[in-house]
Amino acid sequence: MNRKSPLSTVITIASTAITIASGVLVLAGYFFAQNADGQASLLTNIRLTFLNWAIILAGFAIFIGILNLFQVHFNKIQKKEKGSFYSLLLIISLVATFLFGLVRPGQMEVVFTTVQLPVEASLMALLVVTLTYASIRLLRRRLNLLSVIFLVTALLILLGTAPLPLLGDIPGLSDWVRPFIAQVMAAAGARGILLGVALGTLTTGLRILFGTDLPYVGNK
Amino acid sequence: MSIWLGLAGFGIVFFSAALMLGLSHLRRKTPSVFREIPAFTRLRQAVGLVVEDGSRLHVSLGRGTLTTPQSASALAGLTLLRRLADLTSAGDQPPIATSGDATLAILSQDTLQAAANFSERSAFDPASGRLTGLTPFSYAAGAIPAIRDENVSANVLMGNFGVEVALLTDAAERENTFVLAGSDNLTAQAVIYASAQEPLIGEEIYAAGAYVESSPLHTASLTVQDVLRWLIIAAILVGALLTLAGLL
Repeated sequence: MNRKSPLSTVITIASTAITIASGVLVLAGYFFAQNADGQASLLTNIRLTFLNWAIILAGFAIFIGILNLFQVHFNKIQKKEKGSFYSLLLIISLVATFLFGLVRPGQMEVVFTTVQLPVEASLMALLVVTLTYASIRLLRRRLNLLSVIFLVTALLILLGTAPLPLLGDIPGLSDWVRPFIAQVMAAAGARGILLGVALGTLTTGLRILFGTDLPYVGNK
Repeated sequence: MSIWLGLAGFGIVFFSAALMLGLSHLRRKTPSVFREIPAFTRLRQAVGLVVEDGSRLHVSLGRGTLTTPQSASALAGLTLLRRLADLTSAGDQPPIATSGDATLAILSQDTLQAAANFSERSAFDPASGRLTGLTPFSYAAGAIPAIRDENVSANVLMGNFGVEVALLTDAAERENTFVLAGSDNLTAQAVIYASAQEPLIGEEIYAAGAYVESSPLHTASLTVQDVLRWLIIAAILVGALLTLAGLL
């Protein structure tokens, strides 16, 4: 088992203390945003300052993340791993985009509209195939009542949304069943799930504030 | 936000915190009992298999930026990553973590480094925690080679995803590997239900820490969620009845 050095212990305690103190101050700044005279409270100013710091740090993190991306793919090329040709393409694209941004900083949107957007749109289109295939295989993977309800609901919504050739909307399905499922049953279920997610978020946040869920801090 | 609303919000958080601390103190004396979530049972089996056959575990943490409310699901994913990294430390290959947010990638590296230091059995490789893309689809496209080419036999997708998660579950299924997936995003949950081998629905992703680690505070946090859920149900019923009676 690993023994912590004194420096490591100090770093762990300090980073935990900073995390907890920052979290409590930001939370308090959110709840007590105004003084009695309607002015922004000191806690609000502290919260906004911390958030600004976090945004600046996130900007630096993107730079480090891109270096990490470069390193991962450079290593792949060096070791001639499977797919290293695509890694080479990625690095060439990365460097070319960076140089283009330096030479023509005002025309960066050209890269996004001519390369990035079409590629992402193609992947979005691919999702139609992937999801259709996944739905077909759903009953093979999990044959139970919930899966049947899931598929029947999806089919009813699709039939209610897409008009039939020559006939148009399907009577009853388009004007009653689909709105009932989407606006009543699905919306109610979604609210229930969202309430559960909100409660989960609250307790996760509290565990961070208590210092028990800090997976990244030192050698815990 | 008005002062009263702020006080009410603070009261809910304070009540939850006090209840969680009190319950965690009580839980130290009694063993934890959880309802069965099959996904976590199969995850333990898959992790055992990863160690046995010398393959690799892949954890994808999604795109939840830490300055947004979606960070909670990412932090839940990081907690699970830390625990799974500890569990697989006896294996031949350390786990890899992919993410679509730079801060999350740095935290995943720290988590894996902490786990490597703790186990003292495997050296930490900075490339094991990686950023694969900054947009939804570039993130998914970048994570697919990790699933396909790096001898991965179990995938855990936990964090904030959109519909792009279907590309990841599909890639994992093509490789005949285990997939457990959960997201805080409703659309992604529907996609995950249809496409993942082991889906986590609703707040089940936040329970992952308790199911794999089972510390008193984790267990207490699940009880607090249940207590708050009952209070919300009561408030909705009372509110609906008062509205029907014309008093609200």
